[in-house]
Amino acid sequence: MDGPVDGDVLAEVTDAALGAAATAGASHAAVRIERVRTQIVVLRDGRLETAIDDTEVGCGVQLVRSGSFGFAGSVAVGAAPAAALVRDAVEAARITRPARSRGVTLADEPAHGRVEWSSPFVRDPVEVPLSEKVELLADWSGRLMAAPGIDHVTAYVMAVREEKYFADLSGTVVLQRRVRIHPQIEALSVTDDGDFEEMRTVAPPVGRGWEYVGGDGWDFDAELAQLPVLLAEKLGAPSVDAGTYDLVVDPTNLWLTIHESIGHATELDRAMGYEAAFAGTSFATPDRLGSLRYGSEVMHVVGDRTTEHGLATVAVDDEGVAAQSFDIVRDGILTGYQLDRAIASSQGIGRSNGCAFADSPLHVPIQRMANVSLQPAAGDGPSTEELISGVDRGIYIVGDKSWSIDMQRYNFQFTGQRFYAVRDGRLAGQVRDVAYQATTTEFWGAMEAVGGASTYLLAGAFNCGKGQPEQVAAVSHGCPSVLVRGVRVLNTRREAGR
Amino acid sequence: MSATGLAHPADVSEQVLAAADRPCIAIVEDTHEVDVRFANNTVTTDGVRTDRRVTAILAEPAGSPAQPGRAGVARRSGKIDVEALVGEAAAAIGPADDAAPLVEGGADRAFGDDAAVTGLERLASIVSGLAGAFARAEASRTVLSGFAEHRVTTTYLATSTGLRRRHVQPTGALQVVGRRDGASAWAGVGTPDFLDVELDSLEETVRRGLGWASRHVDVDPGRHEVVLPPSAVADLMMFLVEAASGRESEDGRTVFSRAGGGTRLGESLTPLPFDLWSDPAEPRLECEPFLATSASSADVSVFDNGLELGRTEWLGQGRLARLRYHRAGARRSDATPGAPIDNLLLGLPGATGTLEDLVATTERGLLLTCLWYIREVDPRTLLLTGLTRDGVYVVEDGKVTGATSNFRFNESPVDVLARATHVSEPVRTYGREGGTWMNRTAMPALRVPDWNMSTASQAV
Repeated sequence: MDGPVDGDVLAEVTDAALGAAATAGASHAAVRIERVRTQIVVLRDGRLETAIDDTEVGCGVQLVRSGSFGFAGSVAVGAAPAAALVRDAVEAARITRPARSRGVTLADEPAHGRVEWSSPFVRDPVEVPLSEKVELLADWSGRLMAAPGIDHVTAYVMAVREEKYFADLSGTVVLQRRVRIHPQIEALSVTDDGDFEEMRTVAPPVGRGWEYVGGDGWDFDAELAQLPVLLAEKLGAPSVDAGTYDLVVDPTNLWLTIHESIGHATELDRAMGYEAAFAGTSFATPDRLGSLRYGSEVMHVVGDRTTEHGLATVAVDDEGVAAQSFDIVRDGILTGYQLDRAIASSQGIGRSNGCAFADSPLHVPIQRMANVSLQPAAGDGPSTEELISGVDRGIYIVGDKSWSIDMQRYNFQFTGQRFYAVRDGRLAGQVRDVAYQATTTEFWGAMEAVGGASTYLLAGAFNCGKGQPEQVAAVSHGCPSVLVRGVRVLNTRREAGR
Repeated sequence: MSATGLAHPADVSEQVLAAADRPCIAIVEDTHEVDVRFANNTVTTDGVRTDRRVTAILAEPAGSPAQPGRAGVARRSGKIDVEALVGEAAAAIGPADDAAPLVEGGADRAFGDDAAVTGLERLASIVSGLAGAFARAEASRTVLSGFAEHRVTTTYLATSTGLRRRHVQPTGALQVVGRRDGASAWAGVGTPDFLDVELDSLEETVRRGLGWASRHVDVDPGRHEVVLPPSAVADLMMFLVEAASGRESEDGRTVFSRAGGGTRLGESLTPLPFDLWSDPAEPRLECEPFLATSASSADVSVFDNGLELGRTEWLGQGRLARLRYHRAGARRSDATPGAPIDNLLLGLPGATGTLEDLVATTERGLLLTCLWYIREVDPRTLLLTGLTRDGVYVVEDGKVTGATSNFRFNESPVDVLARATHVSEPVRTYGREGGTWMNRTAMPALRVPDWNMSTASQAV
C-alpha cells in the first residue's frame, strides 16, 4: 500500500526523527506523516456553488522527555525538518516542565511490528472527478425541484481520504488509509406568508467509497422520492402541544443523543477534568464506575474501533495501540471508559483501549471517540412499528437537526427532521416545532425497550469537536429504534415567544 | 528558501500565476502557531506548528451571456508542486454563477517580505506564571484549567490582474477556568500579542466568581431579567451575523427573509438604535483589509479575492443595513456587496458605563458569565438554545448576593437586541464559545428582561 509520501522519504523522516529523539533522551517518541484530502461540493438549485479540494500533507513529532510532553508539527516533510521538529518538541517539553505538577507516563502497549490496513471501499471517493459529483448532485436536485411545493434545493457531498504513517521508538510502524463520504440534500418550501420548512435526507455519513451514492448501503432513490411529500406534510402540520410524551426515537435521530450523552460522557479525560476549560467534564466520574445506573436494564453500549464502515474504525490508533472493542454500559450500569495511553496510565489502567486520534499531522493525538453504539435487542426483537404500537400518546422522531448538551452531559435538547404524532399505537400524521429535553440518566433510565436488529442503523457525523486547539473527528454510532417513556417536549415557537 | 525547505511565499504565488494559462489568483497563507494547555493544576499539552496553504484559483469572468464565467480551485499544504496544483485547479474548472471581473490594483510594498513568525517565547510570561498560579490554586482547593495560544498568519494574495496584497494577522487568546466546591468561574481575553495580558488579572476574575459562588441561592427556571456580559453578547451576535446571508435570506430561509419574498433590508429590528459593524481598521482589533478566500459559497466568491474591505454596518441605528453578498449576487439583487470581515463590534451611540454599572442598577436579576453549546433551533426566528456556564450570579438591589445553578436557555439574538433595556459602553471581549472562530470582538453588556431560562442544568 502506498503511504502518504514516498517510501524513501518515510524512512528518512523516521530515522531522523526517532534517532534525534532517542539521542535527546526521550523515553517515548512517535512520528506521524499524513496526507488528508478533503473535498466538498455544494450545488444550490442544481448549480455548482462550492467546490473545495484541499490536500494537507505534514509531519508531527510527539515525545516525552524528563516526564514532560512536547509536540511539534510542520507541513515541511523531510529529514532536516523532522530533526527541527524534534528540537522544537524537546524545547516545548523543557519550557513547560516547571509547570507540570505530575510527570507524564504512558500505559504500556506491545510493539506491533509493521501493520498495513485500509478501510473497505470499492471506488475512492476523492478520485471521482468533480464533474461526476456535480452530475450526480444535479440529478438529485432536479428530481426534487421538479416536485410541487419545493422552492429551493441544496445538495452536498463531502469526501475524505486520510493516509497515515506512524512509527514509534517501540518498533511499531503503521500505514493506514481510510475513506469516508457524506452525501446530503435538503429541500426548502416557503409559503406566501413567509412561513417555511426545510427537510433533508437522513442518509448517514459512512466509511465507504463512492459506491455508497449508487445504493451500496443506502437507498437514495427511495429517500429522494419521498422527500417532497414528507416536506409538504410537515409544512402543513399542526404545531405540537408542549408537554410530556412517550417517544419512539428512530436511529437516524438517536445516534446523536448517544453521541452527546454517552459518547462524550464516557471519555475518561473529560471525566477526570482534562477538558474542563473547553469541551467540559462529565457526570460519569471514575468513582462511579461499576455502580452508576446510566439507564434501564435494556441498555448495553459498546465502544468499538473495529466496526465495519465505522467512521472511527482503524487498525491501530495514533498512539500505536491496536484497535479494540469494549463495554461502556452493560445492563444499564457504567462499566467502562474510552482511553488514551496517558489517561489510562494516570488511572492505573494497564492498557489503553485505543482511542487516540489526531485530525491533522500538525495536531497532537488526544483521546477521541470510538464508534459508540447501543446494542439492539437479542433475537428478533421488536420492530419500530411494534415499539410504536405500545404508545398511547407519543411522538415518533426521525432524523437529527439541532443539538445541545451541557458541559457535564446532564441536560440536553434535540430537535429532528420529522415528528409524527402517535395516538393509540398508530402514527397520526406529522407535527411541527418539536424539541425534546431531558437529563441523561433520566432519559436512558426511561428507555423501556430497544428495537431488534432489523431496526439497527450505523449513523454518525464528520464534525465532532474537542480539544484545544480544537480538533474535528468523524465517528459512527449504531443503534436500534427505542421507546422512551415520559419525556419533556417543548414547542419551539412558544419558546421563541411566538 | 527557509529552514523548513519551503520557498518564499511571494515566489510561490508568482509561480502559481506563471503556471496558469488563464486568469488566475494565488493565495499563500503561512501560519506559525504555539500553544500551551493546562488542566487539573498542571500543564497537559503544548504545541509548535508551522503551516502553509497554497490555493490556485483559475477564474474566468463571463465573456458574454453565451459565455458564462467558470472557475476551478485546488488547495494544498506544504511544499507545493506548482504545476500539479494548477493542473488540479484546471481539472476542476466548471461553471460559476459568482463570476465577476478579477479585482485590480497595485502591489503592497511589503509583498516581498518574509512571513511573520511566533514562538513559545510569546507565551513565556504566561507559562512562567502558571506554576505559581497552580500553587495558589492548590492552597485554596481550586482546580485551574485553561489554554494559551498565539498564531500569526501571513497572507500573500496575487492575481493575474496585477494585484499583490500581503497581510500579517496575529491572533492570541488566554482562557482560565477555576473550579471549587461545585462551582466554576471563567475569564478569557483575546489579544494580538500578549502585551496586554496578565495571568494574574484573569486569576483574580476567577477568584471573584468563585467567591460569589460561596453562597448558593435557589432560582427556578422561567423568565428572568439578566445582565449579559460582553462575552455572552459576542457569542449571540456571531449567530446574528452568520444568519445575515443575502442569498439565503432571499431564498426565504432566514430570520431576515421578508414574508412574500425578498429580504428585510432597511427594516427596523430594535427599538434602541444599535450599530453592529465590522471594520478591518478598528484599533487593537485590526484584521485582514482585503478578502482572501479559497472557496465560494452562497455569499462569498473566489472571484472577489483582493476586494478592499472597509467598515461595514450590519445593523445601523437598529435597522438591518447590510447582508452578505458577493459582487455577482449583489448585482443580480440590486444590493450592495458585503463580504465577511474578521471582527465584530456592537454599540449603542451614547451608551456609557460598564458591566458593573449595569449590575449596580439592577434591582433583581441574574448576572451571567458566559454561554455555551449554542445551536440554532429554529431559523425562522433564529431561536438558539444553549447553556449558561461558569457562574450564574444572583443580583439583588445592585449587588451580587450569591450564585445559582446553570440553565438551558432558548432565545433569539434578534429578540434579545429588541428587548434590551440597558446597554454599557463596548469593550474588547472574547466569546467563550465563538472566540475560537471570531477572536476579535468588542461588545457592550446588556440588561434584558424576560430571558427564557427553559430548564435548570445540574452541570458545573
